[in-house]
Amino acid sequence: MAELLRYRDDEMVDHPAVTVDAFLDQSNAGAVRIEPGDDARDLLPHLERLALVEVNFPAFGDGRGYSSARILREAGYDGELRAVGDVLVDQLAYMRRCGFDAFEPDQQLNKDDVQAAFERWPEVYQSAADDRTPIWTKRHA
Amino acid sequence: MYKYDQYDQAMVDARVEEFRDQARRRLEGKLTEDQFKPLRLMNGLYLQLHAYMLRVAIPYGTLDSRQMHALADIADKYDRGYGHFTTRQNIQYNWIKLEDAADILADLSKVEMHAIQTSGNCIRNISSDHFAGAAADEVVDPRPYAELLRQWSSFHPEFSYLPRKFKIAVIASDTDRAAMRLHDIGIQIVQNDAGDLGAAFYVGGGMGRTPMIAPCINAFVPLDRLVTYAEACLRVYNRYGRRDNKYKARIKILVHELGAEEYARQVEEEFAHMLDQGVEPPFAELERIRTFFEDPLFEADASSDIDRSDPDFALWVDRNTVAHKADGYASAVISLKPVGGIPGDATAEQMRLMADLAKDYSFDELRVMHTQNIVLPHVRKADLHALWTALDEAGLGAPNLDTVEDIIACPGLDYCSLANARSIPVAQRISERFAKTGKTETLGQLKLKISGCINACGHHHAGHIGILGVDRKGVENYQLLLGGSEAEDVSLAKITGPGFDEHGIVDAVETVTTVYEREREDGERFLDTYRRIGMNPFKEALYG
Repeated sequence: MAELLRYRDDEMVDHPAVTVDAFLDQSNAGAVRIEPGDDARDLLPHLERLALVEVNFPAFGDGRGYSSARILREAGYDGELRAVGDVLVDQLAYMRRCGFDAFEPDQQLNKDDVQAAFERWPEVYQSAADDRTPIWTKRHA
Repeated sequence: MYKYDQYDQAMVDARVEEFRDQARRRLEGKLTEDQFKPLRLMNGLYLQLHAYMLRVAIPYGTLDSRQMHALADIADKYDRGYGHFTTRQNIQYNWIKLEDAADILADLSKVEMHAIQTSGNCIRNISSDHFAGAAADEVVDPRPYAELLRQWSSFHPEFSYLPRKFKIAVIASDTDRAAMRLHDIGIQIVQNDAGDLGAAFYVGGGMGRTPMIAPCINAFVPLDRLVTYAEACLRVYNRYGRRDNKYKARIKILVHELGAEEYARQVEEEFAHMLDQGVEPPFAELERIRTFFEDPLFEADASSDIDRSDPDFALWVDRNTVAHKADGYASAVISLKPVGGIPGDATAEQMRLMADLAKDYSFDELRVMHTQNIVLPHVRKADLHALWTALDEAGLGAPNLDTVEDIIACPGLDYCSLANARSIPVAQRISERFAKTGKTETLGQLKLKISGCINACGHHHAGHIGILGVDRKGVENYQLLLGGSEAEDVSLAKITGPGFDEHGIVDAVETVTTVYEREREDGERFLDTYRRIGMNPFKEALYG
């Protein structure tokens, strides 16, 4: 297991994440893992008791997790949102824009490459789940 | 024409550096080919049979002479002196080295061009009506809406790893010149009874293995909600589009399986939610973009007289020029379909000539047509003879727009690693045959489209006559289809019966045109006659 990249200061959840089905069946879990086929909207009634949501990327080309992340952030979830699995350096910037603030890749990422990825885009064209101001808003500010 | 500001330029420049870094990591072995593949595809770089192919975006098919010159320079500097204009209004180069790709992107960025999202499972370069801004029948110029969607879809963080590629076309007239309903999303800008503009959304069309005509899922989306609605359409697709089978992953399958009504219902639900998320651009941005597409300064008293004393010129005028909204002007089509030539190919010299002619005669503007020709959109009728003379001397004067010689053909087995059969030689033999018999002119409008495999890049489903190349026990075999259309009378072609070999298919095309000549009534196109009399008379002539 590679090093966890975490971009938040609060305390880490100390117990493992359960599946969405298990989470919906029990009331005490504070951490859940979303698989690509899960519907993130099922979690929306329970966001206040979640401190960690892991979104699994079994294969980096399966982009359902990007929507899952953004749906949670749009609903006001402000706990940790962690991308796990086949998380590669070239997807980090978009994941961050969709609201992920922690990354647990299967393979260790090169630190310089990670930094370059986050610094790559001077501007953004569209709104997402981060707080960046889109170009079209800046043009008419 | 749209011009980049410092923001657009910064984004394209950042992309060049990102790709340069990715290519370096690939060459150093830090990225596997599997990891690199979607990244290079999102920069238009394919690995074909013989070399890399680079597809350069020409947003909504519009470019100026400086850009066309740059495309010519790339053809000379990095390729073999030519390029191939594609059915999505782009250009591709067939003989590219991976080591050169980042330098080519850097050259492109100097003229406000790029290869962003010309491939890959993302939102592709957005296409539009090639006569936009010139057509007499348009409600408005559709390109500002295409440009707004270009910005929205560029580097979209949520929709860059979709189940499959995603193609959007935008038109703004009832006449469809962009195969709008054969796209993942087709948008028609319309005007309602109150005089307001809105966007009709057609979702789930496409060609490929399972051709589908997109149903309308919303007849009027207000323009100040255009991006939000598109975002909702994409989110529903990203959530539910199939990932288990790449042949069932396009949105057309989702819309078909859910039903258009249920898909529309889910989009509306998502749309209602998204409206609170603030994803819509300020309306002032649309207004800013519109200022780039204002009419050029047409001469108010431009003459409509054309000296038709030269019959070759008169034929070209009749065939290759189209009515313009301004008196005394026409849109002139430069055919890239010389008899026996490769459809859509142009040499660097031809590109430079077309660029210079656009500068001299068409307010410095060119368009790429999805039928793989080039348009000079705004030509004074008084200049047509000089234009034609220059084109004809360069081998660009073929008077065959929308005729049987104006063939759409995919690159086929001559280049493509997916193809089962060659397309280019079949196109060459057909245009030679009809030019030789002299029937091209008498057959009138006859759209012939050839694909070298079931993926249908040559739009064979939408041909009045379509040809599909297949592999039959190791031998190239060609199926014949009749009755398709990509226009406002959209329909999908049907297979006539058993296929033909590469000589037989040329004879078969001639045979069906003979049936048409025998059966046609006044004013009927081939397609009209087929629709009236049905498949049987054609089958009898082919197999009887």
